[in-house]
Amino acid sequence: MKRVYPNKDYCIGCHICELACLTAHSKSKDLILAYTVERTGEGLSSCKHVHEGGPTCVALSCRHCDEPSCVAACISGALQKDPESGRTTYDREKCVGCWSCLMACPFGAIARHPLENKIVKCDLCFDRPGGPACVAACPNQALKQEER
Amino acid sequence: MLFQPINRNYHDFSIVRDKDACINCKVCIRQCAYEAHYWDESRQKVMHDNAKCVGCHRCEALCPTSALLIQKKKSDFKDNALWKPEFIKYIYKQADTGGVLLTGMGSPVGNIPVYWDKLLLDASQVTNPSIDPLREPMELKTFLGAKPVKLEFTKTKDGSPKLKTKLTPNIELNYPLMFSAMSFGSINFNLHIAMARAATELGICYNTGEGGLHKTLYQYGKNTIVQVASGRFGVHRDFLNAGAGIEIKVGQGAKPGIGGHLPGEKINEMVSVTRMVPLGSDAISPAPHHDIYSIEDLHQLIFALKEASEYRVPVSVKIAAVHNVAAIASGIVRAGADIVAIDGMRGGTGAAPGMIRDNVGIPIELALAQVDQRLRDEGIRNRASIVAAGGIRCSADVVKAIALGADAVYFATAALLAVGCTLCGKCYTGKCSWGIATNDAKLAKRQNPDVAAKKLVNLVHAWGHEIEEMLGGMGLNSIESLRGNRDKLRAVGLSDTEMDILGVKHAGR
Repeated sequence: MKRVYPNKDYCIGCHICELACLTAHSKSKDLILAYTVERTGEGLSSCKHVHEGGPTCVALSCRHCDEPSCVAACISGALQKDPESGRTTYDREKCVGCWSCLMACPFGAIARHPLENKIVKCDLCFDRPGGPACVAACPNQALKQEER
Repeated sequence: MLFQPINRNYHDFSIVRDKDACINCKVCIRQCAYEAHYWDESRQKVMHDNAKCVGCHRCEALCPTSALLIQKKKSDFKDNALWKPEFIKYIYKQADTGGVLLTGMGSPVGNIPVYWDKLLLDASQVTNPSIDPLREPMELKTFLGAKPVKLEFTKTKDGSPKLKTKLTPNIELNYPLMFSAMSFGSINFNLHIAMARAATELGICYNTGEGGLHKTLYQYGKNTIVQVASGRFGVHRDFLNAGAGIEIKVGQGAKPGIGGHLPGEKINEMVSVTRMVPLGSDAISPAPHHDIYSIEDLHQLIFALKEASEYRVPVSVKIAAVHNVAAIASGIVRAGADIVAIDGMRGGTGAAPGMIRDNVGIPIELALAQVDQRLRDEGIRNRASIVAAGGIRCSADVVKAIALGADAVYFATAALLAVGCTLCGKCYTGKCSWGIATNDAKLAKRQNPDVAAKKLVNLVHAWGHEIEEMLGGMGLNSIESLRGNRDKLRAVGLSDTEMDILGVKHAGR
C-alpha cells in the first residue's frame, strides 16, 4: 500500500505539515479558523508531529502497519485493519478512550484528544481528493506518499 | 533603541504582520536564520525585531496564512543627491566597526548602464522567412574549445573522404549555457549535487568553483568543469582528470583583483576533506596566483594542466572584465587557453567587499564585444571560445551575448534565484535562510536536491525554448549563425563611443 514516508534529510522542521493536517481535519477547512477557533475551542489536533533533535527533524504519524499492535490492543473494535485499502481505520463512535492503543503503538503515533476520551490518529486523508494534506503542503518534498 | 547602539533603528526593512491573519503558528520563527521573529512569552504571541531583518523573504514565502509583508523601511533621510542613504549607512557602520563592509551577490548599483537593456534584436519580415522552432529543427548545440583554421581530408581506399586534420578536445553542450563557478563550501553539497544532476540531465556543464570536487560527484564528470584557482583548494591528479574541462580562475567579476576567503565556520567535515584544508580553518585564496606574473607564466600553467590531463580536455582561463580586457584575452589565447571566460562586474559572489564589488571592473557587454573583436582582428578567434558571465538575467541576455560574440554564457545568480535566492546579499554570514550559501546542517537541508535539480532543469528548458523562438524570429535555425552576428543587434539611447565599442548600429539604421 501507499504510505506517507518522511525524509529526515530534507525535513526542515517548519511544522507546516501539522498545520495542513489540522486544516484538512477541521470543519471550516480554513487554516486561520482551524488553528485559532477549532484547535483551542474543540481540541482539534494534528495527527502529524514533527520531532526534532539538533539539526535532525522528522514528521511522524501513524505508519498503518501491516500487523498493527494498536488493532490487537483495541478493546472496543474501534481500530481495524481495512483489508482493501490497507489503512488502519479508526471508528470514533466505538472508541471508549481506554488508551490501550497509545501504549501498544511502537511509534508513539497515536495521541489523546485534548478534550475528549478519544484518540487522534492519521487517516491518510482518505476522503481528500489531492491525497494526504501533509504531503501536499510540505514545502521541501520531505514527505512522500508512495509504494515501497 | 534602549540598551542598543544609537544607529540601530536605521535598518533597511520593516516586517509588517497582518494581525487578522497571523495565527502565531511560529513558522516564521523557525524559518528566520537571523532571529528576527521570536516568541514573546509574556504576551503569548509572535513578535519581531525589524532591525534584524535582512530582507530575505523566507518568512514571507513560508507563512501559511500570508500574514507577513517585508518592505523597505519607509523612514527617509533628507534628500541629498550626493549622500544617498546607502553611503550614510556605510559611514555609520564603519564608524561602529572600523571594518571593511562585506556584501554578497552581484552589484546592485544603478548608475552603471545595463547594456542588455539598451540592445534590441532583429526579426525577419517579408524578404527572409522566419522559422517556427516548433515545426522545424533548431540547433542550440555548442562546442567549446579551439577550432582548426581549416579542415583537410584524405581519401580512403574505397574513395570516401576521411578527416586528416587533428581536432582539439572540445566540450559539447546541448545549450549555450553553463552554471558558473560556485565552490563547494560557499554553497553547500545539496546544491552541488543538484547542479551536477541538472547539468547531466540537460547535457550542459556546471563549474566546481575553487573548492574541489566531492568524491561522490565524480560520476557527473562528463558535465563538470573543474576549477583551479589561486588557493589551489582540492586540486590533485584525480580532480584534474575528473571533468570535461579545466578552468584556471584568475579573476572574478564581483571582486577583480582580490582573492577569496571562506570563513572557518563554513568548513565542515565534507568541505574540509574536499578542499584538503583542516576542519574549521579559514580557506584563504590569495589575490594573485603566486606562479602567474606574466603571460608566459600563464602559458606554463595552462600546459602543466594539459599535461596533467593528457591533453584530453580543453583548458579555460577565467578573468574579470577590467580595463584592457581585450589585450589580456589576446594574451590568454596566445598562452594556449582553449576557452576564455570573461566575468563582468555585475557577477555574483559569496562574499566581497562592497567597495570592490560596486566600483571595480567593467560591464560584461563592453568587455565581450571588445574581446571578440580583438581576437577576430588578430586572426585568433578560432583558437579559443569565449564564455560570457556576470549578470545574465534571461534568455534575451543570452541571445544578445551570443550576438556580441560569446560562444556560450555562464549564469549562476539566475540559477540560485531558481532555487529560492532573493538576492538579500547576506551570503557572507553563512546563515542563508534559503539553505543556499550555508553549511549549517539545519539550514542546508532546506535545499532538497531533487527539488533544486528539477528547478534548474526547468529554467534551462525554458530559456532554451525562448532562445529557439528568438532565433527562429531572426530567420536563423542554428545558434552558430548568431554567434558574433552583431548585425542582429541595434542600440537604443547609446552614445557613438558606446556603439563603437559594442560594434552595433543605432536602432533605425
